[in-house]
Amino acid sequence: MLKGRHLIDPMDFSVEEIDSILNLADKIVENPEKYAHACDGKLMATLFYEPSTRTRFSFEAAMLRLGGKIIGFSEPNSSSVAKGESVADTIRTISCYADIAVMRHPKEGAPKIASLYSQIPVINAGDGGHQHPTQTLTDLLTIRSVKKTLSNLTIGLCGDLKFGRTVHSLIKSMSRYENNKFVLISPKELKVPDYIRKEVLEKKNIDFIEVERIEEVIDTLDILYVTRVQRERFFNEEDYIRLKDSYILDMKKMKMAKDDMIVMHPLPRVNEIAYEVDSDPRAYYFKQAKYGMFVRMALIMKLLGVDEIC
Amino acid sequence: MLTINSIKKGIVIDHIKAGCGIKIFNYLGLDRADFRVALIMNVESQKLGRKDIIKIENVIDIDYTVLGLIDPNITIDIIEDEKIKEKIKLKLPEKVVDVIKCKNPRCITSIEKYIPNVFYLVDEVKGEYRCEYCDEVHTLEEAEV
Ligand SMILES: [Zn+2]
Repeated sequence: MLKGRHLIDPMDFSVEEIDSILNLADKIVENPEKYAHACDGKLMATLFYEPSTRTRFSFEAAMLRLGGKIIGFSEPNSSSVAKGESVADTIRTISCYADIAVMRHPKEGAPKIASLYSQIPVINAGDGGHQHPTQTLTDLLTIRSVKKTLSNLTIGLCGDLKFGRTVHSLIKSMSRYENNKFVLISPKELKVPDYIRKEVLEKKNIDFIEVERIEEVIDTLDILYVTRVQRERFFNEEDYIRLKDSYILDMKKMKMAKDDMIVMHPLPRVNEIAYEVDSDPRAYYFKQAKYGMFVRMALIMKLLGVDEIC
Repeated sequence: MLTINSIKKGIVIDHIKAGCGIKIFNYLGLDRADFRVALIMNVESQKLGRKDIIKIENVIDIDYTVLGLIDPNITIDIIEDEKIKEKIKLKLPEKVVDVIKCKNPRCITSIEKYIPNVFYLVDEVKGEYRCEYCDEVHTLEEAEV
């Protein structure tokens, strides 16, 4: 049962619970009109302590398409938060008005605090560089919609694998499904942290390799998940110059890939995917945004417990 | 050499890292004690070079897990009839509340002070604890007890 629960960490839900959200999302994708009044009379609070237009629009569009309504703030300056109100007090007050709350906060753990003081479900919409569970749900729905499965896949993750939390969450989540392989593509300075290698991959006996260049492995991949490599993450300029082109996906590299490989990216992109790739049918990063809204619709319905009536 | 009489019935907290004795003394509220207590500092020790010792001539309730957090090498002897009746081995607790503080400047606990500081043990050998809110792992030395 997901009714009344919070979503703070991508691993808060079991595989079965995640599957039930993805199943509902599939039904919504098929027939969105059927759900246009699923949340009639329900109110969602969007508490954005830092601006993130993309994420906020996705949640708000999701709620509006379910027939619900929205209150909230998109930056803390304009609210009682600016007067120094604590997260605990804010959520206690909001709990009196709204049925569900979505929180984005620059500090790690803020949505967790909110969940401890809240009477209504709290969804973490990103807490600093810590967790962003609805991004992970978006990734899972995208993969499952295109590949029709979350098992038996070879998943390439490319770029900054050390600091990229979306990458860590995706590895943890996809490790829970059968027979997936991971191809970890990054400069050696930005390899996945030890705890992911030891406590997730090695512990569960999951097949993975670590390489430095996309070209070496791109022909083996079912999914290529690209993240940004930032100049300031490199220890010296020489390494950056030597490796930077390896982490830019262009059509030359895409020609080596399978016809049914899909390219994903959590967005926003800077230059790690060349614009020429956008028109390739394997480019899924903009379609991902649409799946993001559908999966949030399913999540909101599940946490509000309105899915049984539909 | 400074001598302190042995005690009849009570507790001896030994092998405290030199300088930490006063922390434990204060934590146990021994400054308000109405029974005999000795805090002995900088005693020569084969194991530690120098150590602190606390002798308490009374039977008091002590949360030994917190002592373990302050210094896991501490030994505790329960004394009865001037003899050691029991030695207590310290163990790091699975969960600690409001004893150590999160040092991650990006953690919500760095700006909202009313939040209880909750940590979970991740590695007993290294003495590593994970913050409940930001998941940052600290060693006990970093987290300042
Ligand atoms: Zn913390």
